[in-house]
Amino acid sequence: MNEPVKLLGSFGSPFTHRAEAALRLKGVAYEFIQEDLGNKSELLLRHNPVHKKVPLLLHGDRAVAESLVIVEYVDEAFQGPPLLPSDPLARAAARFWAQFAVDRCLRTLFKALWTPDGEARRGFVAETKENLALMEAQLEGRRFFGGDEIGYLDIAASGLAWLTVLEELAGVERSMIGEEEFPALCRWRGEYTSHEAVKACLPSRDQIVAFYAGMKERLVLLAKSMQKK
Amino acid sequence: MAGEKNVGLVLLDFWVSPFGQRCRIALAEKGLPYEYVEENIMAVKSDRLLRSNPVYKHIPVLLHDGRTITESLIILQHLDQVFPDTRPLLPADPYERAHARFWADYVDKKVYGSGSKMYTEPQMQTNIEMVDILKTLERELGEKEFFGGEHGFGFVDVALIPFTAWFESFDRYSFKKKSFDRYWGVKVAEVAPKLVSWAARCQERESVSNSLYSPEKVYDFAGMMRKDFGIE
Repeated sequence: MNEPVKLLGSFGSPFTHRAEAALRLKGVAYEFIQEDLGNKSELLLRHNPVHKKVPLLLHGDRAVAESLVIVEYVDEAFQGPPLLPSDPLARAAARFWAQFAVDRCLRTLFKALWTPDGEARRGFVAETKENLALMEAQLEGRRFFGGDEIGYLDIAASGLAWLTVLEELAGVERSMIGEEEFPALCRWRGEYTSHEAVKACLPSRDQIVAFYAGMKERLVLLAKSMQKK
Repeated sequence: MAGEKNVGLVLLDFWVSPFGQRCRIALAEKGLPYEYVEENIMAVKSDRLLRSNPVYKHIPVLLHDGRTITESLIILQHLDQVFPDTRPLLPADPYERAHARFWADYVDKKVYGSGSKMYTEPQMQTNIEMVDILKTLERELGEKEFFGGEHGFGFVDVALIPFTAWFESFDRYSFKKKSFDRYWGVKVAEVAPKLVSWAARCQERESVSNSLYSPEKVYDFAGMMRKDFGIE
């Protein structure tokens, strides 16, 4: 199917990045449409009425929403190097760890970042580190979670790649992903952010700061509402 | 469950778990024989469960020749891949697959997300939320016989049907409060009639009727959980 591909997204958002990374790794040409999240376009609202969120992939007249659903769609609909492993057990494992990375690492990390100092925050930091240790073990000395090449799990966990900028913004003194505790993850982060295909869609430090700077209050409130979940 | 041919499948499960039920329905739809093991997760978890799912320590767990696969939707996709000669749950077209995955994700995030609060919250703050969710599902179903559309009974149907046993609990626990005047006394059948018909159609399938428990039993279970949480 040679129909044009458009990606509605917000540059700086880790969710948008996942979709872009998948497209670039598969070598799919696409038009990026920057959405103003404070004033969502009619195109976005029409094609993602359920969640009204980015990223949203438009492939001809098909609309695909939810970043990891988009990644799988890109993997299946286009030619190019596979993002998910073909072996059934490896595939199930990639999906399992992607879900873990999203629910138990990135989500907890978010709470750790934006919860004000105190016992609750210390708890989230401890939980994040405990869970990151499992991700560290999954790397098993490989370059990427996917092996020699970036795969589905790397893309799912890619939000960890710009953690240090966020930690700066949040005023954190010592990074949660320190070299001593997480040597494999630190190495992975370097490999991921310097990968040819991915580099082009990774926001710069300034772009990340711009994306998050105006949001700090909202993020703190969101983290507070998430505390029990 | 006795089958003619053993394909090495064991399902660690808990009777009322909607996630476990998804797996039971999928295995039945595919005609796959398996050993069902009831794990009493309310008591002490078995060694086998802890060993096979050390990260989450929960069911369902599928053991296939001793190798473990966990998380219900991952298990469903795994079965599709490993047993290609059986009835597929996901369609073949990538876009239709994406559509199915999107809606199954919606069930997990929203139906389970809001519905499970009935165990832990004394007042169903999520009354309005749940009505919105039911209406959204009603719209998506539209005039289709099943969520799978042309594919027939499929991935999204299997993902959602176990939660319909909770409809009765939604009715009884959700809509009691007078403060929600608009919704007081409203039954799921009034908010989402097509969904109710769809649920009845699903129940006509043996795979479903053999795997689910009556809404009464789920309601009793929810009541017990609410007592455990000190809400009633």
